[in-house]
Amino acid sequence: MMPMQTLEEIKKRLESAVPGVCVEIVSNDSPCQQRSLLVDRDHGPQVAAWLRRDDALRLDYLSNVTGVDWPEVVTKQKIKVKRKVDGVEKEVEEVVQTRSGGYLEAVYHLYSMELKQGAVVIRMRTGDRDQQNKLPSLTPIWRSAELQEREIYDLFGIVFEGHPDLRRILMWDGFEAHPMRRDYVEPDDYEYEPTPHDSVLAKAKAHYPPEVAP
Amino acid sequence: MKTTVVEPPVPSGAPVGLPAGDGRFSLLPKTSFDGRVETELLEVAMGPHHPSTHGVFRMDVVLDGETIVKLKPVFGYLHRNHEKIAENVSYLASIPYTDRLDYLCSMTNNWAYALSVEKLAGLEPPERAEYIRVIMAELTRLANHVCLIGFLAQDMGALGTPLMYGFREREKILDLFEALSGSRMMCNYMRFGGCRLDLPPGWVREARVVVDNFPKFLEEFDNLLSGNEILMARTQGVGVLTAELAVNAGITGPMLRASGVNYDIRKVDRYGIYDRFEFRVPLGDHGDVYDRYMIRLLEMWESLKILRQALDDIPEGPVMDPNAKIRNFKPKPGECYERIEGPKGELGFYLVSDGGANPYRYRVRPPSLVNLTVLEDMCLGHNVADAVAILGSVDIVLGEVDR
Amino acid sequence: MLGEGIIKGMAETARNFIGSYSDPERLVTVQYPEEHIPAKQNARNFPFLVFDVEDPVAGLRCVACKICEKECPPQCIYIVMDRDDKGKPCKHPKVFDIDVSVCMSCQICVEVCPFDAIKMDTEFELSETNRYGGLLLTKDRLSKSNEYYHKIHSVEAAEVDARLADEKAKAEEKVKAKLAAAATAKAAAQAAKPVAG
Repeated sequence: MMPMQTLEEIKKRLESAVPGVCVEIVSNDSPCQQRSLLVDRDHGPQVAAWLRRDDALRLDYLSNVTGVDWPEVVTKQKIKVKRKVDGVEKEVEEVVQTRSGGYLEAVYHLYSMELKQGAVVIRMRTGDRDQQNKLPSLTPIWRSAELQEREIYDLFGIVFEGHPDLRRILMWDGFEAHPMRRDYVEPDDYEYEPTPHDSVLAKAKAHYPPEVAP
Repeated sequence: MKTTVVEPPVPSGAPVGLPAGDGRFSLLPKTSFDGRVETELLEVAMGPHHPSTHGVFRMDVVLDGETIVKLKPVFGYLHRNHEKIAENVSYLASIPYTDRLDYLCSMTNNWAYALSVEKLAGLEPPERAEYIRVIMAELTRLANHVCLIGFLAQDMGALGTPLMYGFREREKILDLFEALSGSRMMCNYMRFGGCRLDLPPGWVREARVVVDNFPKFLEEFDNLLSGNEILMARTQGVGVLTAELAVNAGITGPMLRASGVNYDIRKVDRYGIYDRFEFRVPLGDHGDVYDRYMIRLLEMWESLKILRQALDDIPEGPVMDPNAKIRNFKPKPGECYERIEGPKGELGFYLVSDGGANPYRYRVRPPSLVNLTVLEDMCLGHNVADAVAILGSVDIVLGEVDR
Repeated sequence: MLGEGIIKGMAETARNFIGSYSDPERLVTVQYPEEHIPAKQNARNFPFLVFDVEDPVAGLRCVACKICEKECPPQCIYIVMDRDDKGKPCKHPKVFDIDVSVCMSCQICVEVCPFDAIKMDTEFELSETNRYGGLLLTKDRLSKSNEYYHKIHSVEAAEVDARLADEKAKAEEKVKAKLAAAATAKAAAQAAKPVAG
C-alpha cells in the first residue's frame, strides 16, 4: 500500500482542483502531530466532494464531526519599541493587544474505508459567534454528518446551511442557549437536591415559592 | 404507546350529508376513484418507555396500515452533557464518567479515552498493560455481544431464555472484572499510561477457565437460535443495509461488517498490540438483521482466539508508565483524535488541550449515535414489529447516544 | 425439515433446565438475603477514613489537605479544616462529609490521597429511610480502624502498612541525619572558631 500523501501535497492538489479555494495548514504541537486543513467556508462542500472523489485519497468515510468554541481572547504583550521622543531615539515599552479566536469551528475527521488510510482532518470556521454563525453542511456528501451536525447546531449554535433536517437533537425544542459554548452559564432555576455543599442549597432556595421556603 | 388517530373509522350506516370541511373529524366515507375506502396515515410514538427501545428512546413512526412510511428517532432523555462535565474536571476525573457512556462496555470506553490522552501527552504504556488492555477489551466484547443477542431475541419474542443464558455467561466475565477492578460494570480501570492495578494472583488462571468454557456456550447458543425457523423468518431479509449506504452514513462495527465492508479498526489502525494476534474479521453478505446477529456470534469466536493468545503470551513487568502523573497532569497544547474498535463500532475521543489541567474540548464519537443515522432507511417498508428487531440489531445504548 | 431448528433449540433448553439443578457451570446465582457471595479482595463500594490507633479522632490519618475534595468527579466530598483557639489551622478535618447518594464509587479519592487516609469500603447494605440526611455520611460514621481495613482488603492493607512504616523509618532517618549533620557542623564550627579568633 502506498503511504498516504502528506498534507502539503493534498493542499497543493486541492488548490489546483478547486479554483479560488483558500486552504491553510493548522499546526499541532502535541506529540501526536495530527495537523489539519483549514478550509474557507464558501468552498467547503466543493473541497469535501473533491476529497471524497479523488483517486489517491478516496475519503469515503466521515468518522467524527465536532464543534469547538473559541471565544475572543485578548492577550496583552509588552514589547520594546524604538521611537523618537523629543527628537531623541529612545526605547519605549508599549502594550500590544493581539486578538485571537472569536469564532466557532467545525472539525471533520475523514478516513478512507476503500484504501484503508486516514485521517485527514478538515476544519471550517464561522465569521463570528453571533450573527455570522453559518457554515455549509457536509451532510449531502457524507450522511454520517447528519446527526452529528445536528448535535453541533444544538450544543454550539452553528447553523449548517443545506442540512436536510436541522433541529435540536439532545436538548428539548424550547431550549434557547447552546450549552457547550465556553461562556454558557447554567441556569439555577431547576430543583437541587440537598448536598453537603451549602452554596448549592442557597442557590436552590432562592427559587422556592415563599410558602415552601424553609 | 401514544397513538394519534387522524380520522376515526367510519361506522357502517353513518348518516350521510354532514359537512366535512376541516378534515379533523368527518363521518363521510372517503372513497378513492376505484371505490376502495381510503385510509389515513397513523402517527405512532413508540417509546420513550417501550420495552424494546433499550432505554428511554422514542421512534416517531408514521404508518400506512401496518407499514412504516416514515420514522424519526427522538432521543436526549438521558442527556447530561457529559462533554461539558469532562471539560470542567481534570483529565483523571473524566475516566469514571467514561464508564457511564456505554455502561455495558466500560473497559473499552476507558481504553479509548486513555489511548487518546496518551497520544496527546506522548505517554507509552508498558507491554504488560497493553496485554491486559487487549484481554479486557475482548472480554468486554464477549459480554456485550452475548447481551445484545439476548436482547435481540427478547425483542422478537423469545422471552427470557436466550437473554438469561447470555447473562449467565456475562456474569462470569463480570466476576473477572470485579476481581480485577473492584467493580462489575463501572470498572474505572485503565489510566493514561497503563492500568491502575496489576492482575491479582490467580486471575489469569480464572480467566482461562472462563475462556475455555465459552465455546461450549457459543455452540449452545448456535443450536438454540441460529437454525430456529422463527428467528430466520423474522430476521432474514429484514432491515437490509447496503454497503454503499453503510459507508456513506459512517456505520461502524459489526453492523458495517454485516453489510460486507471489510473494515475493522483493530486491523486497520492496529492500535495497542493488535498486530501481534492472529484473528479474522467475519463479514456478512446480505446486511440484514440475521447477518448482524451472525456476525456477532462469529466475532465472539474470534475474540476467544485473541484471548487465548493474549493469556498465553502475557509478560511480567510494570503496568504503568513511570512518566504518567495522576495529579497535576497537564499535557502540552494541541489536539488529538484516537479511535478504537469498540464492541458497538468505532469509539473515538477527540481532545483539545490548552495546556491546562482540564481538557479545553472533549468530544466522544459515539458509535451508537452514528449507527442510528440509517434507522429510517432500514425500517421503511417494514412492519412495526420489524422495526423492533431492526433497532435491536443496531445495538444502541442510550447512555452513549444521549451522553 | 421445517421445525428442526426449533426442536434443536428445545433440546438445548431442556438440557439447561436439568443442568440448572446440578451443573455448577449453570449455577451462578445465590439466594441473596440468606446467602452472600464473599467480597472480592479489590471490591469497592463507598469510601471510608482510616484511623490508626485506638482513638478515632486523633488517630485519623486525614490531614484535611482537600485534594480528594478537589479531584472528586461528582463533588460529593466536603471538608472543613479544624482550627485551634488562635485560629491557626491544624492538620485535621473538622468536618468530613461524603454524600453517598452522589458518590459514584470511582475510587479517584483513594488514588489521589498522598496519606493513605481514605480507602474503599465493601459494605453495600446501606439503605436508609431518610433520603437526604441518612445518606450523608459524616466523619464519625466514616472513621473506621486500620484493623477493619485489614479485614476487608488484607493484601492491600499489608502493602499500605509496609509503605507507611518504610516512609516513617525514612523520615526518622532523615531527621536523625539532619540532627547529626547539624551536630557535626556545630562541632566543626566550634573547632574552627579558635583559628578564626
